[in-house]
Amino acid sequence: MPTEILMPALSPTMTEGKLSKWLVKEGDDVRAGDLIAEIETDKATMEVEAVDEGKVGKIVIAEGTDAVSVNSVIAVLVGDGETVSEEAQARQQGEPEKAVKPISPPANPTASLSTSTSEQMDAEEAQAYASTNTLTVREALRDAMAEEMRADGNVFLMGEEVAEYQGAYKVSQGLLDEFGARRVIDTPITEHGFTGIGVGAAMDGLKPIVEFMTFNFAMQAIDQIINSAAKTLYMSGGQMGCPIVFRGPNGAASRVAAQHSQCYASWYAHCPGLIVIAPYSAGDAKGLLKSAIRNPNPVIFLENEILYGQSFEVPTSEDFTVPIGRAKVLRPGKDVTITAFSLMCRDALAAADALAAEGIDAEVIDLRTIRPLDTETIVESVKKTNRLVSVEEGWPYAGIGAEIAATMMDKAFDWLDAPVQRVSGKDVPMPYAANLEKLALPQVQDIVSAAKAVCYR
Amino acid sequence: MSRAVSKRSSASASQASQKKSRPSRAKSSPKLDVAQLLHFYREMLLIRRFEERAGQMYGMGLIGGFCHLYIGQEAVVVGMQSALDERDSVITGYRDHGHMLACGMESRGVMAELTGRRGGYSRGKGGSMHMFSREKRFFGGHGIVGGQVSLGGGLAFAAKYRDDGGVALAYFGDGASNQGQVAETMNMAALWQLPLIFVIENNKYGMGTSVNRSSAGEGLYKRGEAYGIPGERVDGMNVLTVAEKAKEVVSHVRKNGPYVLEMETYRYRGHSMSDPAKYRSRDEVSKMREERDPIETLRELIVKQKAASAEDLKAIDADVRAIVADAAEFAQESPEPDPSELYTDILIEA
Repeated sequence: MPTEILMPALSPTMTEGKLSKWLVKEGDDVRAGDLIAEIETDKATMEVEAVDEGKVGKIVIAEGTDAVSVNSVIAVLVGDGETVSEEAQARQQGEPEKAVKPISPPANPTASLSTSTSEQMDAEEAQAYASTNTLTVREALRDAMAEEMRADGNVFLMGEEVAEYQGAYKVSQGLLDEFGARRVIDTPITEHGFTGIGVGAAMDGLKPIVEFMTFNFAMQAIDQIINSAAKTLYMSGGQMGCPIVFRGPNGAASRVAAQHSQCYASWYAHCPGLIVIAPYSAGDAKGLLKSAIRNPNPVIFLENEILYGQSFEVPTSEDFTVPIGRAKVLRPGKDVTITAFSLMCRDALAAADALAAEGIDAEVIDLRTIRPLDTETIVESVKKTNRLVSVEEGWPYAGIGAEIAATMMDKAFDWLDAPVQRVSGKDVPMPYAANLEKLALPQVQDIVSAAKAVCYR
Repeated sequence: MSRAVSKRSSASASQASQKKSRPSRAKSSPKLDVAQLLHFYREMLLIRRFEERAGQMYGMGLIGGFCHLYIGQEAVVVGMQSALDERDSVITGYRDHGHMLACGMESRGVMAELTGRRGGYSRGKGGSMHMFSREKRFFGGHGIVGGQVSLGGGLAFAAKYRDDGGVALAYFGDGASNQGQVAETMNMAALWQLPLIFVIENNKYGMGTSVNRSSAGEGLYKRGEAYGIPGERVDGMNVLTVAEKAKEVVSHVRKNGPYVLEMETYRYRGHSMSDPAKYRSRDEVSKMREERDPIETLRELIVKQKAASAEDLKAIDADVRAIVADAAEFAQESPEPDPSELYTDILIEA
């Protein structure tokens, strides 16, 4: 039976090309692998090899022909004693374009992460606070890791100075003593490499906690975090999950300048396949870190150096966890909603106090999880206050505030009585000078001013 | 790159930390296991025919995007895999079809992934560069040059953590060997004595740049030297040499930590389907094909040793062609993924 040689697609984008030269003529014998023609694509001139063997029965497209469509017949190979039929000539192939029905994303991505209702979750959480200890955020994080390591032998901690030094910020204090060097592992200063090792170990079923001394250094490793940890479940059609927690301090500390003072919340929140958490209180730090370690997905856990030493009440129960994807109303109010996360919750609460003195009753929401964002809690609050101020330490451009503002346009447009206001870090690298650093970071007064502006006061 | 041929038998792994610039060659053992010879022949031929068909289907527009063919390098993966058992794990870069077939993954599933169909290993969502099989302990299929090496370090870490005796093989190319994370992984693999084999498939070109123009120093197999990791150069065009070396090194690594193997090999096709390959001469490619083709070399040996008849080999050829034809048919008939698949497999429900 004659074999049709089709115009090949030689690049991902090629739809047609020029048949610049035939290297065989009618009557020639060809074997698989023989060069038969040269074709000019949009990028280069390529040599074409025969994939079947036979005699060149007919050259259908003459050399020098421009704009030959991919998959049209350019020549016909025949076996011994065969001839070319007429209909084999110049038959064009190609599928007609099918109409594609648009697909909508799942209505509530938060809902898919838990089966409990919001009210149940809030009630359980409130109940846990009936019995508490006072702990620093640092201690709460350490306790969360220790408890989860006791419960699951596959959980281990790796990072720079986590073991013998007891943690660059002392978060891992005591863990080496309890769990030994097999499970509390000092790495060399080599973020890209040890992150890859952590991700590979997670793909094979271990549950690593990878500590970055600060998230600034995780930029060395962001390829492994996004390309490997976040995308592999999807690329593998659901086969290859990656249960891993990347944690460490994020954002500005104090006077450490541009390379050590950056908020990565919006960087990671941008990426499907990641969960992003940024707790404020010690209770949330503990409850959310435990949830993160138990979660089968890659979790970015953004801590804050200034908060490490702050004390809060933390539930005593070892069963206490905080659900991922659930914000928390830190202070109820009726006049204006202020959203914040991490250290900025402190400033938002201070702003609310200042506003109260001026007769404005602000509701402060701690987002706690940045992705998936608890849109429901923000919308419910805006329905009540009709005004929203978003606070974050990071840069404004394509930031979390921008996302919240866009989401509110979509979900709460009719409830808003004023445009959403963003309070954020200034759009500059962090300066070192004390006065400039203060100017670059959001201040309580900035939040107060924004809240008054949306209240038209 | 020197490619001097040593007539001596290869050194044992324990001697391997000594400097050696010559590729090791298999002992010319008079008693070769016939079943194994035929197995190697069949495995290499399957990869060759599979890749030829993939190239053809790419040309027909049935396969999209990037498609990196393994033709010419078959002896490397077939030889290495022969030394592994079910505890061991494998990871590679984007020139991965051969590795998947050699790991025992189904031709149908691989080809259907190339065509982006439901029947593919990643249900059509990964494509040529991203396929996985937990069952076969094949961990991908990675598109960022060198990324698989530190991930492979993680597989070795997991084996050591569980103390299950497993070894991890991280395959990568001469191009990837210059990535920083490869050096970082070598350092940690040596520090922590991870059971990891760095298999450098030196096919002479990182895309269009020859290894001489991209890699300083003499011999990629020496890249672990600074960390105390032994390394050797192996004739990657001879499956028997590779298999023998693999057996020796795998058992060494199970107990003694990491190893570097530089496989001297060659890819006949371009870097990807859209590579016009103007950086090397046609003669260079034909010379390799004619003089050192791994499949032809083995076929000649089989015939010479009378290990199998011409009829036996023909039967293998026919069988392999049938498997590939079936895979190609399956890959075209399998439906595209359901549109609802767009939003699945992003996060696992907790």
